[in-house]
Amino acid sequence: MFAYAPFMIVRAPYETTMGPISRIFYFHAPSGMTMFLSAFVCGIASAIYLFSRRDGADRVAVAAAELTAILGIIVLVTGPLWARKAWGVWWEWEPRLTSSLVLWLIFVAYLLLRRYGGPGSDRLAAGVAVFGMVNVPFVYWSVNLWRTMHPKTTVVPTLPPGMRGPFWYSFVAFTLLYIITLHLRTRLEKRRAELEVLYLALEE
Amino acid sequence: MRSPLLIATLLVLALCAGARYAAAQPPRPGDPSAPTQPRSAGQEGFVPADQLPKPQDTMPAAPLVAIAYAFVWLMLFGYVVSIWRRLGTVERELQAVSRRLEAGGRTP
Repeated sequence: MFAYAPFMIVRAPYETTMGPISRIFYFHAPSGMTMFLSAFVCGIASAIYLFSRRDGADRVAVAAAELTAILGIIVLVTGPLWARKAWGVWWEWEPRLTSSLVLWLIFVAYLLLRRYGGPGSDRLAAGVAVFGMVNVPFVYWSVNLWRTMHPKTTVVPTLPPGMRGPFWYSFVAFTLLYIITLHLRTRLEKRRAELEVLYLALEE
Repeated sequence: MRSPLLIATLLVLALCAGARYAAAQPPRPGDPSAPTQPRSAGQEGFVPADQLPKPQDTMPAAPLVAIAYAFVWLMLFGYVVSIWRRLGTVERELQAVSRRLEAGGRTP
C-alpha cells in the first residue's frame, strides 16, 4: 500500500491556493491521525495497567508510546516542510504546532522514564501516558478554539471526491502499518519479559 | 531504541531552533525561497500585487514533497527493521538461555 501511495498522490488534485506543496497533506494528516490513535491506545493501556496491574496492558502501552513518538517525528518534520512553502516559515509558535510538539515531548518523556526511571518508573510513566492522552483532544480542537494559521478540522470531512480517495487510502495504509508494528513491538516486550524470567530461573 | 530516539529528539529540537533563528532574520531582496502567498499575520506593509514574486521565482514544491515522502518511508522502514532486529536478538538470547537451563543451570 505504501509503495502504491506515491502514484495515487501524484495523480491526486491539490489545493489551489497552496499549489502542489499541499500534496504533503496526503501523508502529513494521516500520520497525525494515527499519532492521535496511538496516544489513545497508550493512554488507555496505561490506565488499565494503573488500575488492574495487568502486564499485558503495560506491554501494549510501551509499544504504543514508542509508535506515538515515531509518528510524532513524521508529523513534526513533514509539517514544517509544508509550512516553509505555504507560510514562508519552517515553524510558527501557534496553537496546533506548539501543542503537537508538547504532545510528542510527553511521549518522549514516557520513553525516557521507562528507560532511565529505575524501579517503579512503570507506574509513573503510566500516569504520564494518561496525561498525554488527555492532551490529544486539545491538540485536535486547538485549530477551532484559537486563531491559527493551521487548516481547521473541517478540512477532512469536506474534501472533494478526487482528494478523498488518496487521503483515506493513505490513512488506511498508516493504520494497517500501525496495527502490524504495534503487534510486533508488543511481542518484543513479551519476549523480553520471558527472557527476564528465564534469567531469574538460571540465577536460582 | 535509545540512540535513534535520542537522535530524533535532537533533530526535532535543532529544527525548532533553526526555524526560530530563520524567523528572526529579515528577508533578503530577491530571495528565491519566498513563500507562494504573502504572510498576512505580522506583515508590516502593503505589498502591491505587481511586486509579488513570480511563480518561477518561488521555492519549487516538488523537492519538498519528495523529501517529506522519502523521510516518511525511511522512518517507517527503519523502525520496522529495528523491531525486526531487536526481536531476532531476543529470540536468539531466549534460545541460548533455554539451552543453558536445560543443560543444568549455571555456566562458568
